[in-house]
Amino acid sequence: MQEPPAYSQNIIEVRDLVVGFGATTVLDRLCLGMQRGEILGLVGGSGSGKSVLMRTIIGLIPKQAGTIRVFGADLDRLEDAERRALERRWGVLFQHGALFSSLTVLQNVQFPMREYLQLSERLMEEVALAKLAMVGLDARDAAKFPAELSGGMVKRAALARALALDPEIVFLDEPTSGLDPISAGDFDALIKTLQATLGLSVFMVTHDLESLHTICDRVAVLAAGRIVAEGRLAQVMQSQHPWVQSYFLGKRGALLGQRITAHEGG
Amino acid sequence: MNAQPSLVGSPRDGEFRLLAGGAWTAAQAHALEPLIDRVSPHSLPAVIDMTGVTAFDTYGAWLLEKLLRKHLARDASLTIVGLAPAYQKLLAELHGTVPRETPAPAPRPGGLVAPLADLGRRISALGHEVLPFFNMLGATALTLVRIARRPFAFRFTSLVHQLDRIGWQAVPIILLITFLIGCIIAQQGFFHFRKFGADMYVVDMVGVLVLREIGVLIVAIMVAGRSGSAYTAELGSMKMREEIDALKTMGLDPIEVLVLPRILALVIALPILTFLGSMAALYGGGLVAWAYGGMSPDIFISRLKDAISLTHFKVGMVKAPFMGLIIGLVACSEGMRVKGSAESLGAQTTMSVVKAIFLVIVLDGLFAIFFASIGM
Repeated sequence: MQEPPAYSQNIIEVRDLVVGFGATTVLDRLCLGMQRGEILGLVGGSGSGKSVLMRTIIGLIPKQAGTIRVFGADLDRLEDAERRALERRWGVLFQHGALFSSLTVLQNVQFPMREYLQLSERLMEEVALAKLAMVGLDARDAAKFPAELSGGMVKRAALARALALDPEIVFLDEPTSGLDPISAGDFDALIKTLQATLGLSVFMVTHDLESLHTICDRVAVLAAGRIVAEGRLAQVMQSQHPWVQSYFLGKRGALLGQRITAHEGG
Repeated sequence: MNAQPSLVGSPRDGEFRLLAGGAWTAAQAHALEPLIDRVSPHSLPAVIDMTGVTAFDTYGAWLLEKLLRKHLARDASLTIVGLAPAYQKLLAELHGTVPRETPAPAPRPGGLVAPLADLGRRISALGHEVLPFFNMLGATALTLVRIARRPFAFRFTSLVHQLDRIGWQAVPIILLITFLIGCIIAQQGFFHFRKFGADMYVVDMVGVLVLREIGVLIVAIMVAGRSGSAYTAELGSMKMREEIDALKTMGLDPIEVLVLPRILALVIALPILTFLGSMAALYGGGLVAWAYGGMSPDIFISRLKDAISLTHFKVGMVKAPFMGLIIGLVACSEGMRVKGSAESLGAQTTMSVVKAIFLVIVLDGLFAIFFASIGM
């Protein structure tokens, strides 16, 4: 396993994190760093605590021990106002979108703008429509309610909302789950484009081997409450950890392995 | 980072030069927007120099894009210079988004037509309010007939569970409320009847009122608020999360699995609760008669025996199952009407309680006419 780089370079820095519910410990002295501008893919078996880690970093689940630094600031030592200012600098895409069901798509995207920025109604509408256009939704979709959208459109609309305030980090919880391979591929390309244009850092919880291969700069593997392997995908696949072995050498993983070896060789 | 944005224009060397500076970001967008609006396409070819811009994000990019589009629309030229390569990508991304035209809202009839159209819509909506109720009544009746043919298919466990929830667990609150109502009726009776020495008739009033009307009515209203709303919320959230669709695809009838046990439980529980409630109200009345009216329990009971007959009791009890049926039908049909949003769940739950209470009172009135005409 790689030695995590120094504090200053890491936009997210997690040290010795312990999280548990009741008697069970989900994350056990976990360490993880994410660099500015990279797409970090977090993988692990179902129930290994990937979403728990993400939710702990964004402050939805209390931790029992350890430190979490985002943008170099220790989240425990922040005043309420500072913390709110910090939260504006990240956006979150929840697994099921979590769009507000009583607002239209456009209103959903405008919601954080309305709360945090003093914008004219016209500019807010234009920017929200532009954001929706960037994620591939048009003005007709903007007027719809979340219940009228398909699964892929919900994800896109939720991504537009996560990007509403031009955050520096976006957290994506299984962005491509429930999408067909073509839509998933489009979504990956979209995230990659947005990362390149907006200079985003992306923290992505995923199961999708394809996403890991195509867009992730680095991959971290979570098993038994710890990060057991971390680095570029090719490096991670060399890991001797049994879970990593079975994950990447399983039927679907093996195929990916061949492609990566071919890619690295050529 | 958060420097005030600026945009200064001046004609120079045969071109109109715009000098941009400061932060072109979300936080500064409110200050930047009027600056952008003020620039109107010039007759000279315009050049915008972005070298002085310290920060740039989607908001800044959009405003710059707007400026570009404004020039494009008037066939004026605008060249952007000095924009960092990373920002150029962002601008290109926004440039790729199609020029949007906001969909025109549907033309609304004006003048005298508008209120008339509104009235018409409301009346036709009223029809839609009634329809689901009868729909549910029909579906339940059909399912009941089907169940009667093969009784082993009936969800007996579910029925018992619902009976526990809406019957047994409701007993304490029902007893408390009806007891208090009985006390209040007796106290008011004594207070006013005493003025013309008709103390004895308080017992008649309490007995007849409680057994015929108040007992069943209070219980039905309580149950509509307590259990009817719960039914609507449960079925509604199951509808929202596609659980009802899942049941259907497994070949199960949601009416049979979910609705019928709930409605039957109400039809069974309501007479029991009415009986208990009426007894509690009479007990409360007796207690007030003794403590406030100075009437000994012996006299109260013997007076009660003379005042009421089995008929009064029967009138109250006969109504109870019908009230249960109405509450159950309204609650379940409203639950099934919930759409995808959390707001609609709230709206239908409110609607369920309001409608159920309204219909319970209407039904009570119809029963009053019916019993009067058959002399009960």
